[in-house]
Amino acid sequence: MATLFEGFTLCGLVQTQSASDSAIQGIELDGDSDHAVVTDSTRAVTLYKVSDQKPLGSWTVKQGQLLTCPAVFNFQTNEYVVVSDNKVIRVWKEEDLHLDKAFKATVSADVWRVHSAPGGEPVVLFQRGAVRLLDSLLSAPQQPIEDILSEEEKEVIRWSTNIVAEKQHFVLFTTEQKGEHFLYVQRLNPNTLQKYRLEREDSRAPPLSFSASLRDKHINLLYLYPNGCVYQSVVAVQGPVGLEGVQALPRSLRLRLPVGEGELGAASAVALDEAHVAVVGMPHPSARTGKDFLCIWNTNFQTLQADKEMVGRICGQVGILRIVWCYLGKLFVPHGKALSVIPYECQKSSLASALGKLRHPGIAVSKSSVAIPSWNTLLHGDQPQGPTKIVDSRKSVLTVVHLQPFQTGPVEEVRREVEALVSRGDAQDLQLSVGRLACQLVARSQVETAFYAPGALARLVKTQCLCHSMCPDLLLLALEHKDYFLCQLCLQLFPDIPEVVTCACLKTFIGNEVLQTPYSDNLLVPHLKDLNAPQVILFLQYLQFIYLKYSQDVYTQTPVLRSPTMTQIIDWVCLLLDAHFTVLVMAPDAKGLLSNLQSFVKSQVKLFSELGKIEGSLQELHKMKPSKDISQYSIEVIELF
Amino acid sequence: MGEFKVHRVRFFDYMPTAIRAMAFNAHTERLALARMDGSVEIFNFTDHYFQEKVIPGKDSRSTESLCWVGGRLFSAGLNGEITEYDLENLRPKYSLEAYGGPIWTIISNTQGTQLAIGCEDGTVKLFEVLEEHIQFERNLDRQKGRIISLSWHPSGTHIAAGMMDMIRVFDVPTGHAVQRLLVDRGFGGSKSQETVVWSVAFLSDHTVVSGDSAGKVQVWDGHTGTLVKTHLVTKWDVLALSVSKDESSVVAGTSEGTVIQFQFIAPTLHQQQDKEWVRTRTFKNHTHDVRALAEIETAIVSGGMDTHLVVRPLLEKFDENTEMAEITLAGFDSVLLFFPQRNLVSCAKKAGLLLFQFPGQLELWRLGDSDGHDGRNTVNIVDSFQTKGSDHICCSALSSCGGWLAYSTVSCVRIYRLQTDNNNISITKVSKLPKALRSAHQLCFSSDSSKMFAASSQSSVLVIALTQSECKYVHTLKPKSGQQPIHLMTTSVDGKWLAAANSDCEIRVYNLQKLKLHCIVPVYGSCPSAMGIHPTTNNMTVVHADQQLFEYSIVEKQYTDWSRKLQKQGLHNVWLDRDTPVTHVTFNPKNPNQVVLHDMHMFCIIDQSLPLPDQKTQFYNQMTLRSLSEQERPSHLHAFKICKTFQDLLCVSLLDDQSLVVVERPLLAITSQLPAPVRQKKFAT
Repeated sequence: MATLFEGFTLCGLVQTQSASDSAIQGIELDGDSDHAVVTDSTRAVTLYKVSDQKPLGSWTVKQGQLLTCPAVFNFQTNEYVVVSDNKVIRVWKEEDLHLDKAFKATVSADVWRVHSAPGGEPVVLFQRGAVRLLDSLLSAPQQPIEDILSEEEKEVIRWSTNIVAEKQHFVLFTTEQKGEHFLYVQRLNPNTLQKYRLEREDSRAPPLSFSASLRDKHINLLYLYPNGCVYQSVVAVQGPVGLEGVQALPRSLRLRLPVGEGELGAASAVALDEAHVAVVGMPHPSARTGKDFLCIWNTNFQTLQADKEMVGRICGQVGILRIVWCYLGKLFVPHGKALSVIPYECQKSSLASALGKLRHPGIAVSKSSVAIPSWNTLLHGDQPQGPTKIVDSRKSVLTVVHLQPFQTGPVEEVRREVEALVSRGDAQDLQLSVGRLACQLVARSQVETAFYAPGALARLVKTQCLCHSMCPDLLLLALEHKDYFLCQLCLQLFPDIPEVVTCACLKTFIGNEVLQTPYSDNLLVPHLKDLNAPQVILFLQYLQFIYLKYSQDVYTQTPVLRSPTMTQIIDWVCLLLDAHFTVLVMAPDAKGLLSNLQSFVKSQVKLFSELGKIEGSLQELHKMKPSKDISQYSIEVIELF
Repeated sequence: MGEFKVHRVRFFDYMPTAIRAMAFNAHTERLALARMDGSVEIFNFTDHYFQEKVIPGKDSRSTESLCWVGGRLFSAGLNGEITEYDLENLRPKYSLEAYGGPIWTIISNTQGTQLAIGCEDGTVKLFEVLEEHIQFERNLDRQKGRIISLSWHPSGTHIAAGMMDMIRVFDVPTGHAVQRLLVDRGFGGSKSQETVVWSVAFLSDHTVVSGDSAGKVQVWDGHTGTLVKTHLVTKWDVLALSVSKDESSVVAGTSEGTVIQFQFIAPTLHQQQDKEWVRTRTFKNHTHDVRALAEIETAIVSGGMDTHLVVRPLLEKFDENTEMAEITLAGFDSVLLFFPQRNLVSCAKKAGLLLFQFPGQLELWRLGDSDGHDGRNTVNIVDSFQTKGSDHICCSALSSCGGWLAYSTVSCVRIYRLQTDNNNISITKVSKLPKALRSAHQLCFSSDSSKMFAASSQSSVLVIALTQSECKYVHTLKPKSGQQPIHLMTTSVDGKWLAAANSDCEIRVYNLQKLKLHCIVPVYGSCPSAMGIHPTTNNMTVVHADQQLFEYSIVEKQYTDWSRKLQKQGLHNVWLDRDTPVTHVTFNPKNPNQVVLHDMHMFCIIDQSLPLPDQKTQFYNQMTLRSLSEQERPSHLHAFKICKTFQDLLCVSLLDDQSLVVVERPLLAITSQLPAPVRQKKFAT
């Protein structure tokens, strides 16, 4: 899970003349992790202490001059570096008061950016693609700078960054040329340059934002298109050296953001870790358009993990510009009249934490066909995520489907219609229509107390296209009608039954099925507390019974579809004891049960300690084997039988 | 069965030498193999790759190439001589100076009438093969630069010669070079280095296949002299080529230790007539240069710097039409031959001495005093003998009392008297030896050390009487027939019997009191690999190369009941499936039921009092027995007690004090002494 914490305003922003311009050119770190170096769009560089939201120093260039690149901190010399009027590099220290008196050098070509990162020397990227280390450039400022990008072809840099791997230093930049986009990976020491062509998006729209990060010796490039697609491309750090020409850069779709009507104007996506992406400048899937949100999405499960509304317009300009920075667990977002700092936290995500404890793999037969609902679908009802073409076809099926019989027809007719629908529909269409239909039938049953169509509902559940989130009332309805068959079916086939419902089922009946439903420990325990003492004791007795039954023939038993595993049983015993231990200790009829469980735990502990000893001995044996000294001569005794 | 004290000996620094050349005789199915030290070994491929004969090497001899002409074996080497071997007396028959400088290669035509050699001085010399000799015939046109490799066209009219940077095709009748095929040099830095054409093969359709030092296998049209196809197979050298008999497959050995197969097949299913040479498979059984190769009917045989011989079966030759061929192939192991299948270790059972035989020297060691309980087991080298002259030792023996030591080369026999007093051993060479004792294929002493037996030419055995003062010739035991050399000899403890086995699989038993032939053991189809006579019953246990085991009563001149029972029931499949032969048979003097045998990977104590295992019995059952209780054990016992604790065995023997001597030579230790293999770039290094 990811969390966005309460943010705060670092500083106010001056509105620029052009409404579409960002007031911030760049935000960089310096040697202090609590500092931020903010370069505004015109003349000023301000150093803030972030936790105090207090400026520590500010430097401006003379009127008429313009800062053309965000100031960066040289981690090796503890100096700040900025470029004014494209050609003048200025270097100063924190104690310097005036930028004019600081060191400056004029170089022979226009600078695009100066990049700096801890552990690496600052590098200067020129507008025509050449790269120099700052030190070597300043030692001979007027040195000739070659053109990497050709002027005539009108290839221009759109975005750039640098990455310092263990011993390698990379400068990455993307360019645009006649509607095509390229990625350049410039490796320093030894210098190699590799050019990649980005796949062209169907809409031919340029990417809105780029973000690069280093993971597992690979550079991950994440980029967002106006249609909401977030792609990832991976470039190996130990990449192919000396490959001539332009390589195609393969990409994979990590996320398809709901963009609502039209396309995104200014938006930015930044990778937080391998599973989380922060996106700024897009509408919230459930809120009305016109408001900008900061959202954290889990790309593995395509789920929205956290969101925060950004009051005021997200500042940005058309084209590629960063409108979100991410440093050390904080997101910096300029919006409206303020630069906000929003701390966040991303926990290691797993399907278990996203969806509850994993099902037993042997049982998860239906997993592939059960589509895990995205929040999007849940929140928007029938609005699908797929391209619009498919939406149309689905809608047409839907219109065909929700016709009279389901609204008014008798139970038997409904069953027949459902049967017909299920047997003719193909999987793609079925998914949606089945959900819709189930909701309708459940709704009707809730209104007309006399109407209950167990056969039809069971058939729908059996399509395995349904899940709890699609039709949350179905299971409760079945419980209400004491339709245990349907309950069992739901418990078997739904991957996403909330813990509260699981407990509700428990109260009514104990089955194999309940134990196998996925759950999250800390969410289930509060609900388990709702059970009363006799229920708990009964349940524990049942668990003990099946445990004993299984432990007798654990080796002979082949995994059966509907039997819980030993681990599941033990987990449930632990949960129940966690939830009700004090009650059970007090209850006299629970005494025998508890002492049984205690002796069982004792024996388990003993077994495991013995196993641990054996493991230790085996490891020793393993170690002994190669170290067995091969002496030239020894007298040994062997025994033959 | 009980406990055994084991002297575990690992100080025999035996080091096999690299394999340099190979020649397979398809007619007799014998593989001749030449090593760097000049020794030649003959393996019988019809009899479980049994190492039938070993011709010892010589310091000055370096064999570069081997060649069969009918049943006759020729070699040529860098000493500039052609040698024919006497395969019955296991020695060179004659050597002939070719007057062309070092000789790189020797081949014969298919008719077996001529030999051709490639010389350093650029000549290809033809020799006529005569009945008992060969005679120089003529030179082909002399070339500039050495002739490295030769291949004779099956029709006999042309010879292809691999040289530096080129291949020449000669017209044999005229002696003129008719084609010049230029071989490209390697890329990069090696451009300045000449390319050595290490191997050529001339096929019936006048295709020439070449392997060179630039790592290429090239296919040429011999008629037009044009290059048809180049396969770059390695960064290093392609050293050897071998063509299958039907010319549908060529294998190439490289410096990387790989053997690469090329097959003449249609590249697509639809155009079956347009065949071309396609690289098909790569085998990696070696760590170093593959210097010698032979593609035979059912297998690829390869050898090289890493000293072991690999027989890699090609099962698909049998069932070419089934799709299962590849699958079965994957499950079929290569046979690897590491150790010589003859004794390099002699053990004096009474004195606790070990004699190790190296090509040029002998080492005598005394085993530690096993009575010492403080764990300080000491072993000391008593002496090492450097042989005089350049001939290598072919056999050696130590008497069981430790009083006598003898060795033989192809040219002389030496006998030494060893005298022990207070841990000091004095060694005296016996100066006067009988004239008849010129050389021996095998040597052994009688158990009371009063006689020495020397296997001589034509399966005869010389009996020498040994006394303190002299060595006296007594008799020659000479069979009426029999030409092949004796490779095994053993005597009975009571001094009455001597058994000798030759490579015709004949085992003769002589009565030493009457000095005449007692009987011939019924000839079995596989060569005996080890035998021994029981100290009390005088039953002879014989193990053959095919792993069959017989027990023959010398007194009754018939197989014993136990042997018949064993043959009737059949040996266990696990026993029969082993791939190294048994090389020693000894007995337990304290327990007449026990026979001790060993091969390279295990030793076995056969207890004849126990039931024989049937096919369903767990054969290797020592671990099981160990886990059973005393009461349960007897019902699980069977006669074959196998111990695999010791590996890479050269000798297992039982001393008179009941302790075992196990001489191991770990293959790892051999590998570690090899030179570094060519550097290969491995992934991520």
